[in-house]
Parts: sequence; C-alpha cells; structure tokens
Amino acid sequence: MIEILSRAALASVQDLGRFDAFRWGVGLSGAMDPLALTCGNILLGNEDGAAAVEMQVFPFSVRFEADTLFALTGADCAAMLDGVPLLPWSRAQAKAGAVLRLDHARDGRWRGARAYLCVAGGIDVPEVLGSRSTQLRGAIGGFDGRMLREGDRLPLGRAAGESRGTEIALVPPGLALPLEADGLPAVRVLPAAEYGRFTPASLDAFWREPFRITPQSDRYGFRLAGPGLEPVAPMELRSHGIVPGVIQVPHNGQPIVQMCEGQPSGGYPKVGTVIEADLWRLGQMPIGTRFRFLATDWDGALAALDERQAWLAEVRRLADLLSARSAAR
Amino acid sequence: MSAPRPTVSHLGTTALLFEAPGETSLDQQQRIWSLARLAETWPEVREAVPGVNNLLVSFRTVPRRFEPLADRLCEAWDSASALSLGGRVIELPVVYGGEGGPHMADVIAHTGLDVEEIVAIHSAPVYPVFALGSHPGYCYLGGMDPRIATPRRQVPVVKIPGGAVSIGGAQTGVSASDGPSGWNTIGSTRMRFFDASRDPPALLQPGDSIAFTVAEIRR
Repeated sequence: MIEILSRAALASVQDLGRFDAFRWGVGLSGAMDPLALTCGNILLGNEDGAAAVEMQVFPFSVRFEADTLFALTGADCAAMLDGVPLLPWSRAQAKAGAVLRLDHARDGRWRGARAYLCVAGGIDVPEVLGSRSTQLRGAIGGFDGRMLREGDRLPLGRAAGESRGTEIALVPPGLALPLEADGLPAVRVLPAAEYGRFTPASLDAFWREPFRITPQSDRYGFRLAGPGLEPVAPMELRSHGIVPGVIQVPHNGQPIVQMCEGQPSGGYPKVGTVIEADLWRLGQMPIGTRFRFLATDWDGALAALDERQAWLAEVRRLADLLSARSAAR
Repeated sequence: MSAPRPTVSHLGTTALLFEAPGETSLDQQQRIWSLARLAETWPEVREAVPGVNNLLVSFRTVPRRFEPLADRLCEAWDSASALSLGGRVIELPVVYGGEGGPHMADVIAHTGLDVEEIVAIHSAPVYPVFALGSHPGYCYLGGMDPRIATPRRQVPVVKIPGGAVSIGGAQTGVSASDGPSGWNTIGSTRMRFFDASRDPPALLQPGDSIAFTVAEIRR
C-alpha cells in the first residue's frame, strides 16, 4: 500500500486509458502524459500501461507502507525520499515507512505540469470497463472514481519479480524529442473536417500566432486564448464522435483542445487535431504557457508516431541493459 | 446529377469520421448502425461508434495509408441497408423550466414560442435513441420538431446536473451525470442511465426510445 499524505491535491490513478468503451459514451481518460507513464513503467519492468498516480498540484507526499521499488517521471518536482533528493525520470527503492515528497515543478530547460509515480506491479485498483483510469464524469474506475484525498491507501500489484535495484534515470522526452517554433513550444496538428470552412485570414493567424493556455483548462480540455477563428458561414453540426486532441471551435472563435477526460463526442466545428504523438507535450504544458500550432499531414503524423515508438524502444533497451547489469553484480 | 457523396475526415491518427450525406432520419440512422456492425469486423478497426448521421471509426492499428480505408467505408455505405433494432420505450417525467431549466428563456427568445408551446412540442414525439456519446450513458435522440431547434450556446456551461433535459441545435437529450455542456437546458428528470457494474453498463442503446411526459411546468 501507499498512503496519500496530501490534502485536496487533484491527483488521480491513471493508466493509458479506457479503450473500447466509446460505444457506451465512455471516453478515453488515462494519463495526460502517456509517454511519462510508459517510461516509468519501463524503468520498473511493468507492463507499459500499468496504473500510476498522476499528480498535478504540489507539494504532494505519499508514504510507502512496505519496501517498494518506484519510478518518478513527468514534471521535475525536486522529489525527496526521506529528505534525500532524487533524480527526475529515475527509479529508486523506498524502505517501508519512507515518505516521498514532491515540490512545485522546477523551471528548467523543460518544465512540466504533471508528475507520475509508478510502482513495481502498478497501482492495483479494480479494472472497470477494461481500464484502471479514473474518469470523474460518471465516477468510473481509479480509486472510487474520484481524485485522491489525504488518508487514501492505494493497493499495489505484485512486482514482476526480478530485482531492479540500481537507480537509473532517463533523459526526459521533453529534452530528447524537442519541438519548437520561433522559440515557443509547439504541437503538430492534422486538419479536421471543418478546416476549410474558416476564413483564410483566421487560419493564417492560427498557424502564425501563439495561443495561451487559460486557467479554465484541466483534464477535460484546454481552453485557449489567441487569434479568433472565424467561420466563412455559421455552422451547426450533428453530434459526432471525437477523440483527445481534437480542437473544437465554439461560436466565440476561441479554440478548445479536448484532453484525456474530454467527452467522446461533440458538435462544435473542428479545425484540426493535435496528433496523438504530440498530445503528451500539451498535457505537460502549465496553465499560462504560450505555444504554437504546426501544420502536418497524414504521413507527417505517422512519422511522428514512429519517432516516438523508436525513442520508447531505445528507452526499453537501455532500461533492460542496465537492469541486467545490476542483477549480475 | 450524381448522388451526394459521404465525407471521410481525420481525427488525428486515433480515428476517422465518416459523415453520411443528406438529412438525418431514422432510416438513414439505421444504415449507420448497419455500417458500424460491418466496420467493426475489419481487423484495423477498434470501435465503430455511431453519431448522428455519422460514424467514428477508431483504429486498432493505424493504417499506413488513409484513402483505401476511407474508400472502403464509402463503398460499404452505398450497399448498406437499414438495420432495424427493435428496442424498448422508456417513459421519462420532466419538470420543465424553473431552476432545473435555466435556459428555457433562451429557447423562448430564439423560437418566439411560449413555454406551453415549447413543452407541448418537446413532449409530443417518441424519440428513438440514434446514438450514445458525450458522457457515460448519454443518448442522442432523433425526431425533435425543428420548430424548437435552438443553436448551441456561445460558450459551453461548465457544469449542468445529471437529469438535465436540453436542446442543442436540432437535437434534444438528457444528461446522464453532472458535467459541462454547450446545450440549452429546458428541464430536468430523474433516471439512472449508466452503471459501470451492469452489463451492458448503459441503460439505453441505439434502437431504444424515450417518451418525455410533463410532470410540471415551472416559470
């Protein structure tokens, strides 16, 4: 078990998401930074999608009730284990009773908004409709379908067995796979159905000017402030399925990007979709961040997925290599 | 002149959106259900989820080339026949207006009708469930009278309660749990639409129907 020591911390249990339940009106949910969650699990020899704790408000502390191998990824929060500093994107061994404390995310060359605590064996809450992710709408999955509270005790799954004792750390993908435009962080967008139905001038501004993530942004969606998107003529669409990453444009012209916990359907016009390979970048941008949209096409979006897969394969290779070495010692 | 073609568009690399040409109708929607059944048998398809006159197809494996899959969907649409799913009719008593219907005034302003007329028009039909979506257990209903159609709100409301009966464009529906919405809420009802421990977890499925009855009209 691990015990949550922080009050009202907006942390939740997440995995890679709830697939195959769109038919019931149930969205994907899952980690806002699936790459960080996957890397944490790789460091521990877990399945890629083992459930972890996603933290987004700091400081945040937990106590390990038993000896536990764990990994921290995502935002660099100057983590301390019983007062001893830990490297970001690393794994470490906690003794029974040890307290892990994460502080406010540090400004560095790469600043994230969400940190992930992965444990050997994963967080062992029951699977609901094929996933352990928390979905607040409908109170599905996770720990009682809600955000974690002080005093919650999370059960841990059985660890894979092999010893992975050595501390090892990864170069965060924010540094290994940077993407910028004019000095601002960027995400790539594949145009969607209504793209051609906005005025050329407003589309031009969409690609050229930065957007800011407003405080009305959360796991459901990021409401952006920037140049307004103007339709050539008013549009009322019929409701249709959408996925995380879809950029909807309500009548006021300010785009909203669907995030993990966003609805599985919508009816506002869609200018494009932040590609799956880049959604983690957006998921890690703190409120107030100014960023840019970059145009891509189908082949570009596939190449980005391939690049991400190749990077993960390399991480897996290194983690296995170092673990084998430490086991041999 | 050739028949209008369906459109197939990108939703990133996670899914595609197939949109049928023409007006929304039950017959058209039954062809969507039929297309969904077929597409779900294709190996690269994870889910094929009907919307209103459209279909979201999510990928199990992302196709290296997009066009062949899009073409296959369009061909399948041309030969799809209406799939009738004989379902149940659920009666839902609604309290119209008042605190539970905060946007009734907007619907009155937009349509030029009075409350009694809006309620009479809204509660008259038996609405077939065209699709599920938005949030767990939520049903998109067909058959709303176009006289009470009202555009979605300029900016979505951050939270409307479960049981809220609302109008968005030419559609109507009932929220299954608390959450954000861009629709105009005109009334409220009590019904548990979703329970993850049930199988199936959703109370209603495409092919079932809802009949609204008037419990009360509040001003």
